[in-house]
Amino acid sequence: MPSNVTGGHTLLLIAVIAAVTLVLRAAPFILFRSGRTPAIVTYLGRVMPPAVIGMLVIYCFADIDFTRWQAFVPALIAAAIVILLHIWKRNSLISIGAGTVAYMLMIQFLFK
Amino acid sequence: MDVKKTKAIKRALRDTFPIFAGYLVLGIGFGVMLAKRGFGTYWAAIMSCTMYAGSMQYVAVELLADAVTVGYAIMMTVLVNIRHVFYGVSLIDKYRDAGWRRFYMIFALTDETYSLVSTTEVSEDVDKNSYYFFVSLFDQLYWICGCCIGALMGNLIEFNSAGIEYAMTALFVCIFADQWLSVGGRKLLSGKHISATVGVGATLISLIACNILEIEYFLIPSMIIILVSLILLRPVLDRREDENAE
Repeated sequence: MPSNVTGGHTLLLIAVIAAVTLVLRAAPFILFRSGRTPAIVTYLGRVMPPAVIGMLVIYCFADIDFTRWQAFVPALIAAAIVILLHIWKRNSLISIGAGTVAYMLMIQFLFK
Repeated sequence: MDVKKTKAIKRALRDTFPIFAGYLVLGIGFGVMLAKRGFGTYWAAIMSCTMYAGSMQYVAVELLADAVTVGYAIMMTVLVNIRHVFYGVSLIDKYRDAGWRRFYMIFALTDETYSLVSTTEVSEDVDKNSYYFFVSLFDQLYWICGCCIGALMGNLIEFNSAGIEYAMTALFVCIFADQWLSVGGRKLLSGKHISATVGVGATLISLIACNILEIEYFLIPSMIIILVSLILLRPVLDRREDENAE
């Protein structure tokens, strides 16, 4: 446990994060429990997921320092490796594993 | 146990294999990060059992290590997990008659479980509620295993873990690529990719604008742009759905 952290506060934070996550996951089931779901909500539920995944991809890249090529070049190369391997093999373990290991090797040895 | 249930379990095991792979890698990445920040292995077990949210657990490592306030933790959780609201929306009908198992299935509704459950049409000879339940359960078991293995590795083995956090990026890039390839058929770019393109475009615009205006949380404007765009694009996107159905 880090020195600035107490077990009690850590448990509290975990409980809060778990509770908020559960509320978000349960919200639509509670709100639209009885009666029919509005058409616009059903429509959004259908077309939203690909957009959200796209958002999360950008979210993952947002923390990268794009003013330092040593930071963003390995991230982009590793992403290309994930995509190309996935087109080729369609195996998530290979794509994610190889991309992550490639990134670790690049930042630890190539782009120090 | 009756045949339809046994079939559901077998089908769930088979279909969740890619998630098994992804969760193991991703869970190990999370566990190692948590351990390298000085947390014991049992914290990884507690978090993967109670929170059970991939990207949020990565974010939570930073929150716990910085001992942030409860208010800040609530805000970050809403930001990172607000997308789950939309997952539920498309599963209301699918999960409607699952009985008591529904409570667990809703608790365990992660990105990966959602993407599998929402896209799979269960055949007649399989009990669909058992199928959804066991997909949810197996996925969480894989995740708990991955997190604990990673935490043990991080606490017991000396190695340079710099860059392990890229597992989360790799996961989302992989899901994105998988989705892109599966909806387009043979075409690499078609009308079926509009929603994914909107997501990437809106977030990029929001990120750049927030950087210029020095606003910290670009995900909120991004969500708003995505919502508004998709509502405006409804005539186009609904027509595409009809074409698919024919």
